[in-house]
Amino acid sequence: MRARALILAACVLLLLAVPALATLLKQPYYIDLIRRVMIFAIAAVSLNLILGYGGLVSFGHAAYLGVGGYSVGILAFYGIHNGWLQWSVAIAASALVALVIGAISVRTRGIYFIMITLAFTQMLYYLGISVEEYGGDDGMRLKVKSQFSGLIDLGDPVAFYYLVFALLLVCTYLTYRLVNSRFGLVIRAAKSNEARTRAIGFSPYPYQLAAFVISGALCGLAGALLANHTGYVTPAYMDWTRSGEIMFMVILGGMATSPGPALGAFALLVAEDLLAGWTEHWQVILGPLLVLSVLFFRRGLAGLLPGGGKDG
Amino acid sequence: MNLILVFEQLLNGLQFGVMLFLMAAGLTLVFGIMNLVNLAHGSLYMVGAYLTVAAVQWTGSYPLGVLLGLAGTLVVGMLLEVVALRTLYERDHLDQVLATFGLILFFNELIAILWGRTALFMSLPSYLQGHVEIFPGSIYPLYRVVVIGVGLVVGAALWYVVAKTRLGMLIRAGASNRTMVAALGINIRLLYTVVFGFGAALAGLAGLMAGPIYAVQPGMGELILIQVFVVIVIGGIGSIRGALVGALVVGVVDTLGRAFLKPLLGHFISPPAAEAAGPALASMLIYLLMALVLAVRPEGLFPAKSG
Amino acid sequence: MADAILEVRELRKAFGALAATDGISLEVREGETHAIIGPNGAGKTTLISQLAGNLRPDSGSIRFAGEDVTPLSAPARAHKGFARSFQITSIYRDFTALDNVALAVQAHAGHSFRFWRAAREERSLRDPARQVLAEVGLGARADVLAANLAHGEQRQLEVAMALATRPRLLLLDEPVAGMGLEESQRMVQFLSGLKGRQTIILVEHDMDAVFSLADSISVLVYGRIIASGTPEDVRANPEVRRAYLGEEA
Repeated sequence: MRARALILAACVLLLLAVPALATLLKQPYYIDLIRRVMIFAIAAVSLNLILGYGGLVSFGHAAYLGVGGYSVGILAFYGIHNGWLQWSVAIAASALVALVIGAISVRTRGIYFIMITLAFTQMLYYLGISVEEYGGDDGMRLKVKSQFSGLIDLGDPVAFYYLVFALLLVCTYLTYRLVNSRFGLVIRAAKSNEARTRAIGFSPYPYQLAAFVISGALCGLAGALLANHTGYVTPAYMDWTRSGEIMFMVILGGMATSPGPALGAFALLVAEDLLAGWTEHWQVILGPLLVLSVLFFRRGLAGLLPGGGKDG
Repeated sequence: MNLILVFEQLLNGLQFGVMLFLMAAGLTLVFGIMNLVNLAHGSLYMVGAYLTVAAVQWTGSYPLGVLLGLAGTLVVGMLLEVVALRTLYERDHLDQVLATFGLILFFNELIAILWGRTALFMSLPSYLQGHVEIFPGSIYPLYRVVVIGVGLVVGAALWYVVAKTRLGMLIRAGASNRTMVAALGINIRLLYTVVFGFGAALAGLAGLMAGPIYAVQPGMGELILIQVFVVIVIGGIGSIRGALVGALVVGVVDTLGRAFLKPLLGHFISPPAAEAAGPALASMLIYLLMALVLAVRPEGLFPAKSG
Repeated sequence: MADAILEVRELRKAFGALAATDGISLEVREGETHAIIGPNGAGKTTLISQLAGNLRPDSGSIRFAGEDVTPLSAPARAHKGFARSFQITSIYRDFTALDNVALAVQAHAGHSFRFWRAAREERSLRDPARQVLAEVGLGARADVLAANLAHGEQRQLEVAMALATRPRLLLLDEPVAGMGLEESQRMVQFLSGLKGRQTIILVEHDMDAVFSLADSISVLVYGRIIASGTPEDVRANPEVRRAYLGEEA
């Protein structure tokens, strides 16, 4: 277990050092890249809660990236640039959407749940496309980044990087506490054996719905971050292939582990970046790689860590 | 409201519904019998369209091209089953979703490599172009009528095969008790491959019929796939009857909604508001319908027995 | 003699054309150990499932401590004091034995919408769990992953989880199924220690277990109770001998 902690600590230190290293090597692009990785890592952390620990195969998580992003974009469109307000709305709106979608879908099981979460995300995607006011298909530019009353300037790439880094750590830790709390144990129990969970006296639905909402809210935060990172918001945030990507991050990294989502985000996005540099048709390589990873690499990267990666 | 216009849109909805049905039937069969969630079903739809375009160009003959396209999709489907999907039968749905998602990326990019990303044009022979007079003074594209016809014929044939033939009996038996069918000495592997190929051919048929109406381009399968999911959720998993009812309902509601919701809304609220809200609401209509059905009947309208 | 704490009236459940439960009525008094025996396919597990709330009967009623519990779900019945062990071992395989039992304790120890404090550090959950584990004889195996327990130990864990909820009615579905001779004797001994303190409904095939534990027995054949009474009555009943015990003897 000591070895595991050391390796993870080393990873954290490495992440801390990226801006300095990148500046040294005159490659500022890496600050952007790793920041993007960390934003998606936050999305993956949120999905890990309901997918990895809860066993709810939500194929619609990209919806909350969209809701979070558009919250920031729409408020900015109307001249509201206060970051505290924007990001609070992003989180609250995502939680609300998750509540509505969850209330309908969590009652269903298995393949229905997968298809329904996918369908609802697609619905939001079409909604985004058809509202011309906010750019329709092309989306909106975020001309002014979220303002935090002078505390931090998101226009400064390094400052923004460290903010995302801090948020990733916070979200990872929050999830860690959550899954080991009474609430978290019920969620995990419902995944492990639903009949047994009902027999001892838990009705899984309210817990799973709550987890679904928390998960959506966290992902909404990632959406707000993404909007500031890219400088624009489009319906493509909610493209269902994006949902699939986030799912892969959770799986590749190792489901139901703390470092898993970040590891998975890193692996997938860096791999995409490398492959894309190679050929424009990188998906023809990534596709089969993903298939192979599902067939042969189920335990994920965290499973390679000493101690097995499992959080207990 | 122009009654003839409504009727035309109803026919459009029927045509769309028929294509949804062909897709849904294949998908729901595969899920009902092999317990396999296959996201790459949309890719087979796309393969059907592309192979047919290529075959028609190559042979210069539409009927021959269609036949080759269908046969090609059947082969691709069965190859896919043998090479990639067999190992997934034992896995849980999450693994199946992820693996078939990887296949989608692969197929879309492969098609883009072979044929580029711009939409292809699928030409129709002269005898399929033109219009028919459905009402005096109102004409409707002949091709769409043919599509509806083909879809209904295939639907009837499907019903016949499933309800009245030995193969259909095996299919229904396999859906409710896989191990029993295997224990009876039936070659389950072969049955699965045949069923999957069948489903692939249906998807390919839908794809090649869609070619002249919608765009033939990479990613075309996924757009319709999600609507097929809505069909299956509404109709109920594993049931052909559910697929038919669901498909017709979704097809008609979606088409009528897109055509008439904006003008309809314009009667109640101000035109600029209707202009904005109409299309948005229309595109959300089938999902709202799905939510409604789920609220009332979580298993869908005609679920097959779970087995 | 205590009053009937469980009253089942005209319970019916059909699966298509098969009447799995065909008008079952029975009464169990508080503190009584009531065994349900019968040939395979008689509908014993279907009956237990309806009592526990996992299956909705088509008609009939179930009253517990004077209250109609028929419309209640399984979790709701658990909070009324029902506890169940499953015929096919149903535990949390990826948690330790202690975690398993602690979850059962947690279900009845206030609400679980607590998001911060580590549940595994709550003494109020862990201590009672340890105690129950020790009672069933699994004290030394508390920190073993449930999947790594021997089959017999897993059956013990099933019973421990049921007990941890401090139930008023124990529904045990073949508790000694698949156990070796020594293990089942130990389990029977343990269960007999519960007699009088718990109301127990016991479904079993093992006749030794049944006759040493049961205060009263009902014999289930094709969804119907063909005989009910004390062990001696049932043993002497000619119909029962013909239908069931005859095969055993």
